[in-house]
Amino acid sequence: MTAAPYQAPTPSDPKSWDLAKNAELAHSAVAGEVIADLADSDDRIVLLTADLKFSNRTSDFEARHPSRFVNVGIAEQHMVTMAAGMAACGHIPYVATFASFVGLLCAEHMRTDLAYPNLPVRVLAHHSGISLGYYGTSHHATEDIGITRSMANMTVVSPADARAIRTLIGQTVDLPGPVYFRLGRGREPDVYTDEVLPKFGELTELSSGDDVLVVTTGIGVQPSLQAARSLAGHQIGVKVLDAHTLRPFPAESFVRTASSYRQLVVVEEHNVYGGLASTCADALIDAGASGIKLTRLGMPADEYALIGPPHYLYEHYGLSSSGIEQAIKDVLS
Amino acid sequence: MYTFGGSSDRLLRTPQVRPGLRCGAGRSQRHAWDPVAVAGGLCANQHASGRGGRCSEVHDRADRIEEARKRASLIRRETIRLVGIAKSGHYSSVFSCAEILAALYSGIMRLSDDPAWPERDRLVLSKGHVAVGLYPLLVERGYFPQEWLEEYCRVGSSLGDHPDMRRVPGVDFSSGSLGHGLSIAVGMAMSARVNGWTETRQWALLGDQELNEGQIWEAAQCAAHYRLGSLVAIIDRNQMGLDGLTEDVMTIEPIGGRFESFGWTVSEVDGHDLPALLSELDRIVRRPRERPHCLIARTVKGKGVRYMELSRTWHLGYLAPPDAEQATQELEAQL
Repeated sequence: MTAAPYQAPTPSDPKSWDLAKNAELAHSAVAGEVIADLADSDDRIVLLTADLKFSNRTSDFEARHPSRFVNVGIAEQHMVTMAAGMAACGHIPYVATFASFVGLLCAEHMRTDLAYPNLPVRVLAHHSGISLGYYGTSHHATEDIGITRSMANMTVVSPADARAIRTLIGQTVDLPGPVYFRLGRGREPDVYTDEVLPKFGELTELSSGDDVLVVTTGIGVQPSLQAARSLAGHQIGVKVLDAHTLRPFPAESFVRTASSYRQLVVVEEHNVYGGLASTCADALIDAGASGIKLTRLGMPADEYALIGPPHYLYEHYGLSSSGIEQAIKDVLS
Repeated sequence: MYTFGGSSDRLLRTPQVRPGLRCGAGRSQRHAWDPVAVAGGLCANQHASGRGGRCSEVHDRADRIEEARKRASLIRRETIRLVGIAKSGHYSSVFSCAEILAALYSGIMRLSDDPAWPERDRLVLSKGHVAVGLYPLLVERGYFPQEWLEEYCRVGSSLGDHPDMRRVPGVDFSSGSLGHGLSIAVGMAMSARVNGWTETRQWALLGDQELNEGQIWEAAQCAAHYRLGSLVAIIDRNQMGLDGLTEDVMTIEPIGGRFESFGWTVSEVDGHDLPALLSELDRIVRRPRERPHCLIARTVKGKGVRYMELSRTWHLGYLAPPDAEQATQELEAQL
């Protein structure tokens, strides 16, 4: 008598999910696919990750270019430095891991091994800001814009959705120096269309209006735009600019636009110091602009985020569309 | 695309043995040694094409040892002179690895007259503070003019205490932050594999106290996992960190056992015995490229100037002209 072959039990409730399902939901985590497309015709491109290929969907790249894919295990600092060694031999390495484990953990490695020798390594820092919600502060990155934008030679780009990721990765592939891509968790709703796409190095206007200027980036773009649309119904005109290129920041065009407004609201999933609000403030002060009030919507200066699901945290910290809408009403009252 | 600076028909010439002559490039170190051919007295002109091209003139083993010995002495004497210009520097860290650097540039590394040749062997000075010992060798190779040395560490100079790959031809990576160099070399080895550069090697020179850095072991596990057999780590086992003996500051032994347990092959050599060092490096070059290799070079920090040997206080220092003169004489007497 032979025993029946062992069959592992499977979850019976359709609401159960695993990493494969999670990847399906991450419809805007397209970087792996985009880079695989570029690598089809560009031998210089390689991709490295640190035991997160399913979370960031760099497995899409591995499937198409296995000999140019490196998994270093959980060793992010080594990954960044190793990529520098590859760049010194003519490759264009993309390295992908959680923003907290590269933007914060590898700050010195990015500064010393990428930015100082000005090597073309592209960092894909995904799940940035507080998008990992209740995974907690160890997994949040709310300081990384401040860190990377103070590095000479570094380019910092924060795409808002899948089309922006595709467009901005494509437009920066030949930059001679390093790029820090600040990405979300892959569930960002569409902002751009095939007709309207961002252009690297510029501010992209997504809505027009004369009462308030909103400058935002990354995950902040979609709720800001939603707030602007809602306020249009109340005869409040809001201009929304997507500052996807955080460094080099297009300061001149920003100041030119800002000089015709009295109210500037900056929305970012970052500590209110060091990030986009500070970038705008620097530009205004450098230009000697006056008569404009800056309101910073972001993570409070002296707090680490509460534990909670991301959508709750966005509400709590005023980064949801309703929070942004309320803040705009407040500055006008 | 790389093109060899000399006339291309030189690559096609049949090797000729002319006993008693030195390798033709004026300075033989411009020619990498083919370890197999060395036994027969031929220098392999590998820098030209990496395949088949051979130098038509002759070396012998004793010649090479003598050249390396002179080169090691040059490193020490130039270090004394250049640190004198800067008025502070890392004498004793350079002195411990002078023979290692001299050997690598005496036909072990596969180089060309073009310091940017993509398929060259690469050297990562993970202990970047010994750059002052490398610069004279790069001048010797003709990568930059002697005059640069006279500006060592002066305002705006390309040559600082730590090396800058963007400013110094022949420097393969900018280093200085300890613990990074092995990861850099792992990346270079991976690039060589992806590009199909089968003859290229990557050499990382590491300090011994530097092995306390965690990232060294991240790199070590990665090199073993991917079986990067073109990678060689040389540990300058000079026994000292800045604060004292390595085993007093933070234990690093057993170095060989640690690397072996990570999946590397390991060997040891007296890092000041040039005949032994050159033979061991030849053996490493010849071995099958199945696993990364760690060479532990047993050395003495400060080697060559008696009062600096195994002295904690000479990690950083300055020799005023009379003392610099005396130390230089001491080194010349050893030649």
